[in-house]
Amino acid sequence: MRGPDETFPQAAARELGDAQLRANLGNATATIRDKRARVVDELPDWEQLRDAGSAIKAEVMADLDGYLLQFEQALRAAGATVHWARDGAEACAVVAQVARAHNATEVVKVKSLTTDEIELNATLAQQGIHALETDFAELILQLDGDWSSHILVPAIHRNRTEIRDLFKRTIAPEIASDEPAVLAEAARLYLRERFLDAKVGVSGANFGVAETGTLCVVESEGNGRMCTTLPPVLVSIIGIEKLVPTFADLEVFLQLLPRSSTGERMNPYTSLWTGVTDADGPQELHVVLLDNGRTRVLKDEIGRQALHCIRCSACLNVCPVYSRTGGHAYGSVYPGPIGAILTPQLIGIENAPTLPFASSLCGACYDACPVKIDIPRVLLHLREQAVLATGKRSERAAMRALAWVFASAGRLRLAQRLARIAQRPLVRSGVIHRLPPPLSGWTDTRDMRPVAAHGFVEQASAERERPE
Amino acid sequence: MNSSSRDEILARVRAAKGATRTPDQHPPTPRDYRHSDTRPHDELVALFCERVGDYRAEVQRVAADQLPDTIAAVAARHHARRLAIPWQLPDDWQPHGLELIPDDTLTARALDGCDGVITGCSSAVAETGTIALTAAPHEGRRVLSLVPDLHICIVHSQQIVGSVPEAITQLAVITQGERRPITLISGPSATSDIELQRVEGVHGPRKLVVLVIEEPG
Repeated sequence: MRGPDETFPQAAARELGDAQLRANLGNATATIRDKRARVVDELPDWEQLRDAGSAIKAEVMADLDGYLLQFEQALRAAGATVHWARDGAEACAVVAQVARAHNATEVVKVKSLTTDEIELNATLAQQGIHALETDFAELILQLDGDWSSHILVPAIHRNRTEIRDLFKRTIAPEIASDEPAVLAEAARLYLRERFLDAKVGVSGANFGVAETGTLCVVESEGNGRMCTTLPPVLVSIIGIEKLVPTFADLEVFLQLLPRSSTGERMNPYTSLWTGVTDADGPQELHVVLLDNGRTRVLKDEIGRQALHCIRCSACLNVCPVYSRTGGHAYGSVYPGPIGAILTPQLIGIENAPTLPFASSLCGACYDACPVKIDIPRVLLHLREQAVLATGKRSERAAMRALAWVFASAGRLRLAQRLARIAQRPLVRSGVIHRLPPPLSGWTDTRDMRPVAAHGFVEQASAERERPE
Repeated sequence: MNSSSRDEILARVRAAKGATRTPDQHPPTPRDYRHSDTRPHDELVALFCERVGDYRAEVQRVAADQLPDTIAAVAARHHARRLAIPWQLPDDWQPHGLELIPDDTLTARALDGCDGVITGCSSAVAETGTIALTAAPHEGRRVLSLVPDLHICIVHSQQIVGSVPEAITQLAVITQGERRPITLISGPSATSDIELQRVEGVHGPRKLVVLVIEEPG
């Protein structure tokens, strides 16, 4: 996975300038937040489900090698071919090889963040294989050469008129209306033929059941069912962290995921399949177990909880930073609070050092997370690593000097006196609007209070000396 | 991709786990969430109907002997004349006056030419308004309930359970040792990708009609 091309502050500043985007995002995140809150409140045992979900994922991480071997064995027994991929290139190679073996120049794909992460579409394109995105929003983005800004509603930054114009230029020249139902009908007609002709399907998976070898795809539109049922050959790529120990564990996640994600009691379609079923669905199933940085995340005792993520996107919708900047500012397949802790760990903190700072640490993400990932804690942990990895020498020297000043009352008093003199030309109406470089970074986005004329210590000692 | 990838990933996992707790020492998963919905069964049936309706699916309670006529009426309302059926749809469900096409490995394209499909189900969840299909003889292959535009699903009221855990337990028992595919269906296919406005019907059936058979007595 590539890292961001620019820092989060740079990208965020640009995205914030797009008023349409901000309005769409504000509406969308508020709407989903409300829906989620309503259906979560319906369940009296929501907190118990979160505890169970969190513990199940921790259990998987604690014995991941055992569960992977169990999963592999169950899949093989069910007639699937299991592949292991250390990185994205190896996973893409499996898909290309399967497609070539069946003379397929097109594969139909159901939206999967994992395949975005490994840049499957671009890699296949280089080998003359077209990966057709079949999720409504992904289709829009693919037709437009754009990329996703939200895990759940990737085209959240496009409105209906833009979509109508795009369809008119591409798949439906005759389309007249921008009614959502008409737009959906156009996509249905366009994709139906492609589904019926497809030789190879590609999917991710929301869960893999170690005990049985069952794969699970959770979706709304039915394109997931199409891709995993119609083509005679299916390749499913699953991150090694997506396992759950038993079939019964699904009773927890199938309650947590839809309510957290789309704010529905249940998503329209959940497909569960175990290897190859005679005369029903694909007769050739390949399952790719993908590492691609996950074992690196697993090494970090604090950071590894990022691997518990079930990709619901609840943390995005409650995040005050995400709901203003949108997903593009994160420069990563995984945006929002979860992206801010997952991406730097997957690709190395030195390749995304500003992402852990893309947060106000308000903690709303932790409260919303259905598997209780303590995102603020991991953010702080990664900030420390980012400073150690990339911190500027001047910043470290300044911090050391500050520590020296704070260590002595006399030095602090002297420093305050000097600061009061130095700040005089900067104070306007009681606040400092702009500091000189290199300190201007602080005041670019906020005002600063000047050093008080009488500090707490001075006031306290004056108080003490005053006669009763 | 070869066996060395497998060995290396497993070695990386083991190295990453390092000194962390082994599963034996791992605290047991707390499972004090609800494992069942204890409301009386007739309330659960009513709840199921209400929740299915929330997805903008049609839902109707029918007496067993009225089922064929009700199905015929539903089909007529949706202008559906050719209906695919799984190879063992119970005889006393089958409507008259419609062209019923039994699925003996119909191609997806042939199914695309059908106006609808009639299936049974294996379980149903009241709290979420979900029906579960397990490719049983009265449900048919996965493709059957996917390609035609109208899905008429017959639910026996005793198949309705309260909560998701109850349904998962039931499904595990039903498919035990058989590796049957399972499809959970909650309303017609839908997208909210355009300005978050929900549109029913994208790739799966655009119309879902759930008929709940009232048990006599």
